[in-house]
Amino acid sequence: MNVEPPVRVEDKLYYNRYLVDIGHPHVKVRAHTTPSPQLLALLKACPARCYELNDDGQVEITVDGCIECGTCRVIAEPTGDIEWSHPRGGYGVQFKFG
Amino acid sequence: MIEERFDAIVVGAGMAGNAAALTMAKRGMKVLQLERGEYPGSKNVQGAILYADMMEKLVPEFREEAPLERHLIEQRFWMMDDRSHVGMHYRSDDFNEERPNRYTIIRAQFDKWFSSKVREAGATLLCETTVTELVRDERERIVGVRTDRRDGEIHADVVVLAEGVNGLLGTRAGLRARPSPDNVALAVKEMHFLPRETIEARFNLKGDEGVVIEAAGTISRGMTGMGFIYANKECISLGMGCLVADFQRTGQTPYGLLDQFKSHPSVAPLIAGSEVKEYSAHLIPEGGYKSIPQLYGEGWVVVGDAAQLNNAIHREGSNLAMTSGRIAAEAIGLVKSRGEPMSATNLSIYKKMLDDSFVIKDLKKYKDMPPLMHTQSQNFFLTYPQLISKAMQNFVRVDGTPKVEKEKATLKSFVKARSWTGLFGDACRFARAWR
Repeated sequence: MNVEPPVRVEDKLYYNRYLVDIGHPHVKVRAHTTPSPQLLALLKACPARCYELNDDGQVEITVDGCIECGTCRVIAEPTGDIEWSHPRGGYGVQFKFG
Repeated sequence: MIEERFDAIVVGAGMAGNAAALTMAKRGMKVLQLERGEYPGSKNVQGAILYADMMEKLVPEFREEAPLERHLIEQRFWMMDDRSHVGMHYRSDDFNEERPNRYTIIRAQFDKWFSSKVREAGATLLCETTVTELVRDERERIVGVRTDRRDGEIHADVVVLAEGVNGLLGTRAGLRARPSPDNVALAVKEMHFLPRETIEARFNLKGDEGVVIEAAGTISRGMTGMGFIYANKECISLGMGCLVADFQRTGQTPYGLLDQFKSHPSVAPLIAGSEVKEYSAHLIPEGGYKSIPQLYGEGWVVVGDAAQLNNAIHREGSNLAMTSGRIAAEAIGLVKSRGEPMSATNLSIYKKMLDDSFVIKDLKKYKDMPPLMHTQSQNFFLTYPQLISKAMQNFVRVDGTPKVEKEKATLKSFVKARSWTGLFGDACRFARAWR
């Protein structure tokens, strides 16, 4: 069941306008050797697919495409797996329609 | 530190924040509003439907000025299985009235306009400013905010937290809990552009008439969730939302769900040939009455989504946001006019006024619905839609089977899937929660 058609999230994010705050990521993943179930859930739950597994099996984040929904904060901040702040004023996604 | 002192600081320029700032500015209070986006609206995401009654209370002449899309004359509810939908439609020419009741809007554009009214009323707006912290005095009262600007500490008599569902300030300061995965939904949305004549032909509309489709069923794959399709003038807002806890539990992807909804045979023809211009995501408070936090304290109040004020059953949120923002501002105005301090005791009048409004009354009415929907999601979002679709097909398909046998088969399929006790229990539970 549940055969998912391949969806390219990058193609969706391409429509959006961002002001990336280079060098100041607003979400950080705590260093770990083995990811917690909460961190692993983010690989699928993040609507912008910001979270990916690296070659060593750890979860990494690239915030450039983040649409600032807060889903990862709700799932993985309570366990201390991630640190979540808003981007600095004026940075991040700028919705034209919203 | 900024030396200037304000009567009130409003954090956020969404519906709740704008309603609060406008109401206080109109009363002659010295209001500072802080918004982290480039312009008001740039961080705000909603379907979106605007409720005229609540807007009129804030800006009576909004129909002449605001960027509105279409006034709604039709509401469609679809219960979907993989290849079909069973629908209930309500369409009425009564909604083609002089002062229509509901409109579709595009939030980034609407909020920009709404904010212009707030500034006209005399409030000061500072954009591109993220509030990082609430400032307390030695008696633990909130006396202002700290921002990410240089010398970013600003003082005021009261802080209105209109920071949205994902607001960090209130949770960091321990004024309320962080939303939990089972009381917020994640919705993803795309904006599909088409020529307006195409939209009007596909949705059976003329002029500025509009329609809303809300859909539930197998599209959420057994999770608590819904799809929506809103007709704007020259685009269609199309999205899908499910409880965050369900995403976490099932490993379904939000974009996978959205694309599957788009390709459903009932949906695909509506958006065929469209050009997508934006992809957004947002959390929606779903916990209802039982998840409303403490609404006021020493030097602060919380309004809108930040206070979980959302009616998940009626899909109403922005009107609760506007109304709570306005009522909080009126309460603050009352305390100020008496020359009293913004203490928790004095600000408790905000909660009393809100309790007397439709905001809390409606949420109270449905206080048991969220837990029911969240724990029985397999039945309400998967099993029943499939059964009802099969029953409808059985009812309309003419194949020589006697009707008595058809009805027996339908009944049997329901009993097999849920058992007599299950069916009876579901009906009772639903009726009790709705009451």
